[in-house]
Amino acid sequence: MDQFIGILNYLIFLITMAGIYGVMALGLNLQWGLTGLFNIGVAGFFAIGAYVSAIMTTAETGKHLGGYGMPFALGLVAAMIASGIIAWGIGRICIRLRSDYLAIATIGIAEILRLILKNEGWATNGARGISNIPRPFETLPGSLAPLSYMILVLALVAVLYWFLERGQKAPWGRVMRAIRDNEPAARAAGKNVERFRIEAFIIGSALMGLGGALTAHFIKFVGPEATDPLMTTFLLWVMLIVGGSGNNVGALVGAGVIWTAWSATELITARFTGDWAVRVPFLRLFLIGLILQIVLQKFSRGIVPEKLPEGRSEVD
Amino acid sequence: MGDLLIFVNFYLLPGLVLGSIYALGAIGVSLVFGILRFAHFAHGDMMTLGAYLALTVVAVTGANPMLALPLAMIGTAIIALGIDRWFYKPFHDKSTIVLVIASFGIALMLRSLIRVIWGVEIESYSVGISRPLVFFDSLRIAERHIWIIGSTVVLMLIVHWLLTRTRTGKAMRAVSDSPELARLTGIPTERVIKATWMLGAALAAAAGVFVGWDTQLQTTMGWNLLLPIFASAILGGIGRPYGAMAGGMVIGLAEELSTYPWIGTEPLLSPGYKTGIAFAIMVVMLIWRPAGLLRGRVY
Repeated sequence: MDQFIGILNYLIFLITMAGIYGVMALGLNLQWGLTGLFNIGVAGFFAIGAYVSAIMTTAETGKHLGGYGMPFALGLVAAMIASGIIAWGIGRICIRLRSDYLAIATIGIAEILRLILKNEGWATNGARGISNIPRPFETLPGSLAPLSYMILVLALVAVLYWFLERGQKAPWGRVMRAIRDNEPAARAAGKNVERFRIEAFIIGSALMGLGGALTAHFIKFVGPEATDPLMTTFLLWVMLIVGGSGNNVGALVGAGVIWTAWSATELITARFTGDWAVRVPFLRLFLIGLILQIVLQKFSRGIVPEKLPEGRSEVD
Repeated sequence: MGDLLIFVNFYLLPGLVLGSIYALGAIGVSLVFGILRFAHFAHGDMMTLGAYLALTVVAVTGANPMLALPLAMIGTAIIALGIDRWFYKPFHDKSTIVLVIASFGIALMLRSLIRVIWGVEIESYSVGISRPLVFFDSLRIAERHIWIIGSTVVLMLIVHWLLTRTRTGKAMRAVSDSPELARLTGIPTERVIKATWMLGAALAAAAGVFVGWDTQLQTTMGWNLLLPIFASAILGGIGRPYGAMAGGMVIGLAEELSTYPWIGTEPLLSPGYKTGIAFAIMVVMLIWRPAGLLRGRVY
């Protein structure tokens, strides 16, 4: 029975995290898959969301900024707004330049954020991070607590998916695709390319902030490691590329598949002891990187390829 | 100690050392961006690789890092050629933005491999503290700083010679200036690309060794330098190796000098934030003059 509950809890954890990555994958798909914006600072937006929501919702501790005790939902909204504002600033500067510059600038945001988290201990509690972040439903008995949170995350994924699908089919989404595939034509058709791009960048980054907030509430802790690009930026990119960028189903499938593979290999590497216990996990990361390269080279359209309108062939 | 000497010993010299490191990294980033048309996100981790290759040489032979430097540069250049052959070349006829994703993947793969091979502990080339050399009673210069600044000057002269006096070097500049024109005049693109990787990777390795020598070796050292190096390349102008040298120096000096108490007795900028200077300079350049000081290309 205990073993069963252990497996059940593990599954709940797995699905919840896959769902949170799904939220962020939808955001990255909007930016890269649909609009062609290159965001390599996902970890930065993730950390902004996580910290903002944590500061908004925790009780007074005296160790960091906070004590506002706001409800969970308000924390999530604040996280999205904060990430969106930062994205707006970056977008204003870089959106007219080629994607490479945007990528460099997003790395910059993640880096500056790392400095702030490290230096402003009064607000962030420095390296010790913020703990005791409230999680909704945590007072429910046994596995019901994480199960309820999992359902909440999945419901959010469903709502976001529905919204983005509608947006994609609406004129708004068609303009996005037009900009990605043929910018001069979109411009000639009188579309304000910069405005559409900034919109996509803001919404996508807000979803990454939402992912950060959901993670912080789930783990009940956030520390400066949140800015580590290995776990967020890199995994998320692999998820989107493997799943198939350009369509929301692909993004969600990628999040599920890669997160499951990532967690399953963790069970194997956890068996190593001593010095190797520290090193072997990185072999796992290396292999994930290799999968990314193989998919990029051989199956560049991913598990679920983007459906292109009739009469159009694939473009590189 | 006089104020001037404090300024020279603790602000100007570290600034020059940091500037040397940024400049060496930025030359490669700028050339790759100019010739292969993509932002190479694995450049920082190539620096880390060079630093750790030198660590093995130092550990095995007990030699001075200076002697390990050429081997690390050659080793990194060879590995960079391999990476280009297996991971970048398949995309040469495709959209260059895919190359950015591939290079981002390579960055993580390199770092993972470095952690598997060398572990995650902080390492250093030497044990114990070396005494600085003292000139004129009070000008104190650490021996390694002389080596780092001196080698950077020599390496830059070599780069200058390669780019202006050799056939391949001239071809590299031509491709960077105008790829269409270069192709029309029959410049062998493949050879230019190979030369770019060898030169960029060798300089990155040198920069990595110098960082490791000046401070310590960490597996994240290169990744953390990526931002100032890109900032240096953009400041100098993409595709402009001399601009990258100047850009690196300016940003290195700006970071160190920003913490000097120019007004009053407090540091002008809290030392914890000095790496933010690079980002600030880059943002200003992107708004005001994305082509960089030397009018490089904007993509």
